[in-house]
Amino acid sequence: MLDLILKENKVLSNQYNLLILTSNEKMPDILPGQFAEVRVDGSPTTFLRRPISIHYVDYELNELWLLIQVKGDGTRHLAAMKAGESLNLLFPLGNSFNEPSHKDADVLLVGGGCGVAPLLYLGAHLKNKGYRVNFLLGARTKDDLIELCEYERFGNVYTTTEDGSHGERGFVTQHSVLNDANFDHYYTCGPTPMMKAVARQAKKTKANCEVSLENTMACGIGACLCCVTDTTDGHVCVCTEGPVFNITKLKWQI
Amino acid sequence: MANLNINIGKLQLKNPVMTASGTFGYGSEYSDFLDISRIGGIIVKGTTIRARQGNPYPRMAETYSGMLNAVGLQNKGVDYFINHIYPTVKDIDTNIIVNVSGSTIDEYVETAEKLNLLENIPAIELNISCPNVKEGGMAFGTSCLSASQVVKAVRMAYKKELIVKLSPNVTDISEIALAVEGEGADSVSLINTLLGMAIDSEKRRPVLSTITGGLSGPAVKPIALRMVWQVAQAVKIPVIGLGGIMNAADAIEFMLAGASAIQIGTANFIDPTVTIKVIDGINEYLERHKFKSVTDIIGALGDI
Repeated sequence: MLDLILKENKVLSNQYNLLILTSNEKMPDILPGQFAEVRVDGSPTTFLRRPISIHYVDYELNELWLLIQVKGDGTRHLAAMKAGESLNLLFPLGNSFNEPSHKDADVLLVGGGCGVAPLLYLGAHLKNKGYRVNFLLGARTKDDLIELCEYERFGNVYTTTEDGSHGERGFVTQHSVLNDANFDHYYTCGPTPMMKAVARQAKKTKANCEVSLENTMACGIGACLCCVTDTTDGHVCVCTEGPVFNITKLKWQI
Repeated sequence: MANLNINIGKLQLKNPVMTASGTFGYGSEYSDFLDISRIGGIIVKGTTIRARQGNPYPRMAETYSGMLNAVGLQNKGVDYFINHIYPTVKDIDTNIIVNVSGSTIDEYVETAEKLNLLENIPAIELNISCPNVKEGGMAFGTSCLSASQVVKAVRMAYKKELIVKLSPNVTDISEIALAVEGEGADSVSLINTLLGMAIDSEKRRPVLSTITGGLSGPAVKPIALRMVWQVAQAVKIPVIGLGGIMNAADAIEFMLAGASAIQIGTANFIDPTVTIKVIDGINEYLERHKFKSVTDIIGALGDI
């Protein structure tokens, strides 16, 4: 548990904010896919911590990035924070994405909505390890396609928007790169129907597929058993056994 | 440093702060955050004779100043506890207490008999108040007759400290407390969660897979405090108070209402180190008010 200091609150669009946090202490080692349980102070209707994906870590600048989508009172309070304020985090929590099974693998990272959050740090990590990284990012309009230049640092970026204002028109599940190209490993986070579509594509081509789930949580450390998902091993906590699951472990109809 | 030692019947606690069942796992989940041996007692997750998968997701809904849960006693069964968990917790320098639940009286008895053989488990907490299981659980704790029957049967099988955890979902909790005291309960703990409900208006659906669930957190504290006070007036055995305790002041209020010890539950989810802060806060309060021992504040409301 650590109090981090907000270095910068970047308004990315009317629903997304990027919180860049820092600390006098060195950031702990964080794996791609891990998350933080963020305490929201000063919001009477927000009782529990908010589980939020680690968006990016810059060890040189000792920065931790959290991507916030304003959904309710808790995230509205976070989005209204000012530089210099402190934020209490339990982190890093959960497991992480795994690397592809062989070198030089082509990987596709598919994100929809706020589900893009863990993919930036994952892409950075995979590029660093020498894999060929491709991002497929979807949003409703081009205004919600945020930080594309950040993703471009680590791989090819393909986009869809529902209104056709950027990239291919439609949902990410309809994009040609998902449906026509083959990859060795798929990683995805976002709405469940989208993740299932990616899982179907991976299954069809016998590729590996890992998904990051965002079940509602209380403790974040495996004590309360609230965030479970059904797996081949029965109910397991998404906060400790996940949030990343190989689709072969999940009891999804795909 | 004031004297924080307290006895609950035969159970000796280094301080009156315990963790509530289902909120602290088996202790190890929290050991990265604090020295769990500083806690007076750790009440581990509800344990049943056989493994239970618990209820389907979603199991939790946040509320104003609290949360609803419908976990449904997910656990791997008492034999798994004995073979795999017990060896890892038995040498922790605190009281490890097992919360016991069942669907039938026989299940409660069979589980209690097995736990009776574990040298380093000094007590069980009999859960006759879980609102999230279809059979048994709370059903035993909402009538004097069934509460008496289950406690009587377990008392014959279990020789160590028997704590009975009471349900607040009753008309008169004192009656139930008196009934279980009459059958040989060594102490009572209260309250378990209050039955509640949450609805998603956009989807026009209940939030929880079980429709109803148990409410905990500071939202329930005034009710818990009232019930602890009522029960402490009614029974002679020690009372362990819980329900929405977030800090030392809350804990002290429960002791002033008559609790000999307290449990911290939902607050562990917000601050994993809250137990230590409450222990230190109670000590600070006792010193500031010049009490030598924590026993001095039990039921110390003066003339009311």
